[in-house]
Amino acid sequence: MNETTAHAHIQAGQQLQTGQQHPIRLYLFVWGMLFVLSAFSYMVDYLGLQGYLRWTLILLFMMLKAGLIVAVFMHMAWERLALVYAILLPPLLVLVFVALMVSEADYTIFTRLAFFGTAP
Amino acid sequence: MAQTIGTHGEPDLRPAGLRGVAADFSSDQRAFKTASWGKAMMWIFLLSDTFVFGCFLIAYMTARMSTPVAWPNPSEVFALHIGGQDVPLILIAIMTFVLISSSGTMAMAVNFGYRRERHRTAMLMLLTALLGACFVGMQAFEWTKLITEGVRPWENPWGAAQFGSTFFMITGFHGTHVTIGVIFLLIVARKVWRGDFDQERRGFFTSRRGRYEAVEIMGLYWHFVDLVWVFIFAFFYLW
Repeated sequence: MNETTAHAHIQAGQQLQTGQQHPIRLYLFVWGMLFVLSAFSYMVDYLGLQGYLRWTLILLFMMLKAGLIVAVFMHMAWERLALVYAILLPPLLVLVFVALMVSEADYTIFTRLAFFGTAP
Repeated sequence: MAQTIGTHGEPDLRPAGLRGVAADFSSDQRAFKTASWGKAMMWIFLLSDTFVFGCFLIAYMTARMSTPVAWPNPSEVFALHIGGQDVPLILIAIMTFVLISSSGTMAMAVNFGYRRERHRTAMLMLLTALLGACFVGMQAFEWTKLITEGVRPWENPWGAAQFGSTFFMITGFHGTHVTIGVIFLLIVARKVWRGDFDQERRGFFTSRRGRYEAVEIMGLYWHFVDLVWVFIFAFFYLW
């Protein structure tokens, strides 16, 4: 390693040592929000809500919690868009897999009911 | 040219928005300008782990949708008998709060790490590890309870046989991640306590200079474990 690159390396190191400084208050706020949202999710079950209302509320609270954890706790909100897109877009493909398997599961239960009655 | 303020407090002259994405990916040497290789690699590992857990949850969805036998009601299965009445899902709710609290203490540890308060950082990491160990303990209790009630990967007393196999697979894999995280936390906490990241002491394996970024990378893993639990809680326990 020559002198110039060694110097550049130390400089980069010093820059990274001061990375990601955010007020404690923000973390405490997100922590509190996660508690409240978890309590809401639990209440959905405790109050025995059913049907589309139950599923919508479960998904809503789940996405809000996931968003807060990724954006603030994992610092995604302050990263460059190149990293955000590289990490957050590929999981959307899982939804394609979900759609495929929903169609597959529908077919499986159709054949089970049609050929075996109600047997497993 | 649009300018953004970088995370290091000084003005960043790189373009923002989609133009920035194109510029970063087409530039020389590295695409992730503000993330070190260590952080980028942890993110890419977490992305692959997302697919692993995604596949487990999809397998669970497929099993549950394709069986004509009724699925056991998780609200009743995971109820605890407290004070003469059944409280639905209470153990899982407590586990959720414990894991969220551990995520909170971890975020604080990362913050104090960058402020170079090493003792406070190490104590917060130890608290995070303790909460993680509590979570694994409660999970062991839950497994024991269900196994004594007759839940097996191939049968259970309440309904569809696939319930047991998906339950043990998903919670078992998540519990393993938490356990590995606790071990990882103890290792990094020891380094912080000893002052490795203040003296830039070289790692025993990588021989690279110790930096407080290691705490943030550890934090990424820990928050991911919490993130996965959010999805398991929603789809397996509440649905």
